Amino acid sequence: MEVLLAIIIILMIAGSIYTLHARDLLSAVISYGITGFGLVICFLLLRAPDLAIAQIVVEIITLIIMIAVIRISVREDLTERSTIRVAGVRYINMRSVSFFVAGIVFMAALLFFFIQATALLDPFGVHSIRMAAAYMEQGAGLTGSANLVAGVLFDFRAYDTLGEATILITAVIGILTVLRLKGRK
Amino acid sequence: MERGMTSIVKTTTRLICGVVFIFGLYLIVHGHLSPGGGFAGGTVMAGAFILLVLAFGDDIRHLRIIEEGSSTLENLAILLFLLLGVSGMAIGAGVFFGNYLETGQAGDLLSAGIIPVGNILIGIEVAAALFTVFLAFVIFKEEEQ
Amino acid sequence: MILYILCFILFLVGLYGVITRRNVIKIVLGICIMEYSMNLLLVLIGYVEGGIAPIVVKGVEDTNFVDPLPQAMVLTVIVIGLATTAMLLAIAIRVYKKHGTFDIREIKNLKG
Repeated sequence: MEVLLAIIIILMIAGSIYTLHARDLLSAVISYGITGFGLVICFLLLRAPDLAIAQIVVEIITLIIMIAVIRISVREDLTERSTIRVAGVRYINMRSVSFFVAGIVFMAALLFFFIQATALLDPFGVHSIRMAAAYMEQGAGLTGSANLVAGVLFDFRAYDTLGEATILITAVIGILTVLRLKGRK
Repeated sequence: MERGMTSIVKTTTRLICGVVFIFGLYLIVHGHLSPGGGFAGGTVMAGAFILLVLAFGDDIRHLRIIEEGSSTLENLAILLFLLLGVSGMAIGAGVFFGNYLETGQAGDLLSAGIIPVGNILIGIEVAAALFTVFLAFVIFKEEEQ
Repeated sequence: MILYILCFILFLVGLYGVITRRNVIKIVLGICIMEYSMNLLLVLIGYVEGGIAPIVVKGVEDTNFVDPLPQAMVLTVIVIGLATTAMLLAIAIRVYKKHGTFDIREIKNLKG
């Protein structure tokens, strides 16, 4: 189980590294699908069927909108050079190399702190959340629903669902305003 | 110019989009019995509508009318969801989002209080929101040409 | 333990994309990758060894469930992530229509 999940997460990492380095924007968007669909398989392996259904449809809609954006702008190429050719001699582009090195150092420091912080967590597979023990034992009896996730979402934590719906409405209003569909003519 | 995609895509869409819509509705209504619920079912229903618009295309005036209707439906659904929570304060235990309908046996279709009502409202809201977002991009693209 | 670290490495790949890329679309892709990795981390913390999906089935009692609380939270985050990604892409198209390029180093004039 751990080995299978580790292989899929390594595939997702490889796909996302290629996404950020692709020369062609359309290839970048398509290989972004590797990360998304790998996440669907991870959710299925971690026994979360609701999340898998939602994630697969959301991933497809994201891909459709991104391809629509690329087709509107008709920009398919991106140029990033790591060496500059000045008067026939190749120099190293100091700006991009320094960004790269600074990025790697910053990320290594973050990784070190993350390892320190999660060394105190329980190992993978041991239940480590205190609150949800009561939800698991009495959830079906108190709410009367067989799906515990829906019971948590709509009975114990209904306020969070209201907040989520509010964020969705606000984002839709934002998109409609930015694309000049509503508002002052 | 022929609008939309080739005739193979159009024929397949005519056969499939109804099945996808009914599947999304099934996921929403049975949200308290089997995996699914408001969010997953709502996105699948939005997928059915997006399939229709992608395969057939349309002219921009008709799309604007549809987008107005979908935006109105989304706001209406979230307003009803808020009223559902406020009505929990008036009836029953008197708390916000109190579960005041009767919770029957876990596993029946009519059980779990306000959870099926909440599922349906959130499902309509999510489907309408995602469809409005998609239509906004399509209208923007059609307007530029 | 190694799974948490791999998940954080996916987050760091997204962060690297946001820091070092010049194209606005690549920055948006980096933000989306960071979001996916955090969803995965939340569901990983809630996993119980040998558990089954949190659905109560009639006739089967006293079973080992996977934690339903992180799953409920991540379910809302997935749909919100789509809306915020669409908003970022709408802003990116606006920037392209105004300046004619996706390069963030060419976009110096933030007025209007």
